Amino acid sequence: MTRKLIQRPSRWLVWGGYALLLLVAPLLFRSSLSLTMLSQMGVAIIACLAFNMLLGQGGMLSFGHAVYSGLGGFFAIHALNMVSDGSLPLPVSLIPLVGGLFGLLSAALLGYVTTKKAGTPFAMITLGIGELVAAMALMFPGFFGGEGGISGDRTAGHAVLGITFGPQIQLYYLIAVYCFFCTALMFAFTRTPLGRMLNAVRDNPERVEFIGYSTQHVRFLAFMASGLFMGIAGGLGALNFEIVTSEVVGAARSGAYLLFTFLGGAMFFFGPIIGAVLMVLALVLLSELTRAWLLYLGLIFLFMVMYAPGGIASLIMMNLRVAAHRKLRRLGGPYLALAAASCVMLAGAGAMIEMVYHLQLNQAVGPNMKYLGVPLNATGIASWSGAALVLALGLALFEFTRRRFARCWNTIQDEIETESKQGAAP
Amino acid sequence: MSHAIELRDVRKSFGKTEIIRGASLAVNAGERVAIIGPNGAGKSTLFNLISGRFDLTSGDILLNGQSLGGLSPYQISRLGLARSFQVSNLFTRLSVFENVRCAVLWSLGYKYAFWKFLADLRDANERTEEVLAMIKLESRRDVQAVNLTYAEQRALEIGITIAGGANVVLLDEPTAGMSKSETARFVELIREVTVGKTLLTVEHDMGVVFGLADKIAVLVYGEVIAFDEPAAVRANARVQEAYLGSMLADQQADGQGH
Repeated sequence: MTRKLIQRPSRWLVWGGYALLLLVAPLLFRSSLSLTMLSQMGVAIIACLAFNMLLGQGGMLSFGHAVYSGLGGFFAIHALNMVSDGSLPLPVSLIPLVGGLFGLLSAALLGYVTTKKAGTPFAMITLGIGELVAAMALMFPGFFGGEGGISGDRTAGHAVLGITFGPQIQLYYLIAVYCFFCTALMFAFTRTPLGRMLNAVRDNPERVEFIGYSTQHVRFLAFMASGLFMGIAGGLGALNFEIVTSEVVGAARSGAYLLFTFLGGAMFFFGPIIGAVLMVLALVLLSELTRAWLLYLGLIFLFMVMYAPGGIASLIMMNLRVAAHRKLRRLGGPYLALAAASCVMLAGAGAMIEMVYHLQLNQAVGPNMKYLGVPLNATGIASWSGAALVLALGLALFEFTRRRFARCWNTIQDEIETESKQGAAP
Repeated sequence: MSHAIELRDVRKSFGKTEIIRGASLAVNAGERVAIIGPNGAGKSTLFNLISGRFDLTSGDILLNGQSLGGLSPYQISRLGLARSFQVSNLFTRLSVFENVRCAVLWSLGYKYAFWKFLADLRDANERTEEVLAMIKLESRRDVQAVNLTYAEQRALEIGITIAGGANVVLLDEPTAGMSKSETARFVELIREVTVGKTLLTVEHDMGVVFGLADKIAVLVYGEVIAFDEPAAVRANARVQEAYLGSMLADQQADGQGH
């Protein structure tokens, strides 16, 4: 019933809007930093969506998925170098497909082993293979370039229509085109028999076996499809940075895919897109802002798993449902209160975290520091008790506003339930 | 003529315990057979053996004359044998419609296709609608399986089982946990959806057994001690001794308990 109440924007509108957004984004954010970030976002969107083919759609938790984007990246950069020395007649714009091809091949090879199992054994095997490939990357410097990595030159080959991919904006639009078509293809995949059976395998693998499908086969095919798109993302990444180092196959990269896909929301198709945008924002901006950024990221992840396990996408969808029943306005006050309380809490906690980091890392410059424009003394009683006071106040306010919010939220949900039931039984 | 389903001296041991001790049974195509027996007789185990969930220890099971030995559940399913479960076994986060459509896909030859859109598969969608009408869940088509009522979940369980058009259908306690009126309606439903098919069902409710079955197989301690028409089974001395006797013993035990 709710489905009919929420006015569904037409398919053309959504996809047209997505294409338009990709098209005009570099016109809205014009600095070279934002262009770099937009390029990285495009790559990350493909990677997170491909990762979610397994996590959200197939219920497969892969701990080593950077292997496929990474290997795709290495093969792509080698192909690019072959284009440079003239031994491979291929336009640079098709280099990401080389990455995709080898992502697919390595997923076929390694996935044949991993997808023999499901659930926890599957996760364990992917972890093992991830470590294996990461170790291998340092053992074979001929192919992986050792510590320095392999570099390339994306302006290689003949310019097609005057496009050399020298300027970042040209590469951005190449990434945008790939991003759009990969997103569309992955969405189309969810509408096919294999895509639907993948959902069935996620929900109830046992029953799938009794309606004629081999779960192992479904998992293997999905794994290869995911590997293809991971490889394309890896190839685009190689063109973007013009260097591929061994860290692209590492556990940290795999962990980032998992964390941000989850944050964005694995249960909705568009969730990983949000996750990918957040990933680049966090890796580029948050890491500039504070040295404690990994700690903040960990805290955000913790809160998300505890309070909103469906990720940001599910928060959006739940609020849209409330809005469709014209009740969102009632949540405005509680939301504002919650946000204000969170800010107070964060300010207190942030002050303490920054003081600890200052003591550990910047002791040479003395105990005095500035935090949000406020001068603090990292060894002073006054600063610490002040921060503790703000934090305590924030915690109390947060708990108070959270309870008020939960009450309001639950009442609204109950109202929607009864309204839907009345609608269903006329 | 080969039988629709035939069990030849089937044995199954778990560790040292033999649960099925040489069960033999031959069911003709189109027959409705109820398997009854006291608790622990091995009825569900027998279903798990036929559908390939467990491997046989010895003996053989034939479907339309073809041996099922060593085949996986999905291979047996492709040969035209479908089963339901005692505890509803659904695709919880998919809608009712999607649940049924998943069960339809293989039988229509769509296999692992990723180059066709589900929305364009006219035969699959028509068959799904047909099944939804049969199990009377058309109005609940967009509801997630996890949000259905108990009786609706049982109906969907049957729907998934029959959707692929299998010729041999195994139903494991289809009416378990239902009220009297629900059971009566459900027996009618089972009768409708299994027209022209071979049906094996495990059932405790004797009303359902005598209302539905053409033949009754009595399983006691892993052996089929009788397999005949309802009236003959009722009159069978061994059945009365072994099966009804144990029920009488249960009743007496209950009586003493009071």
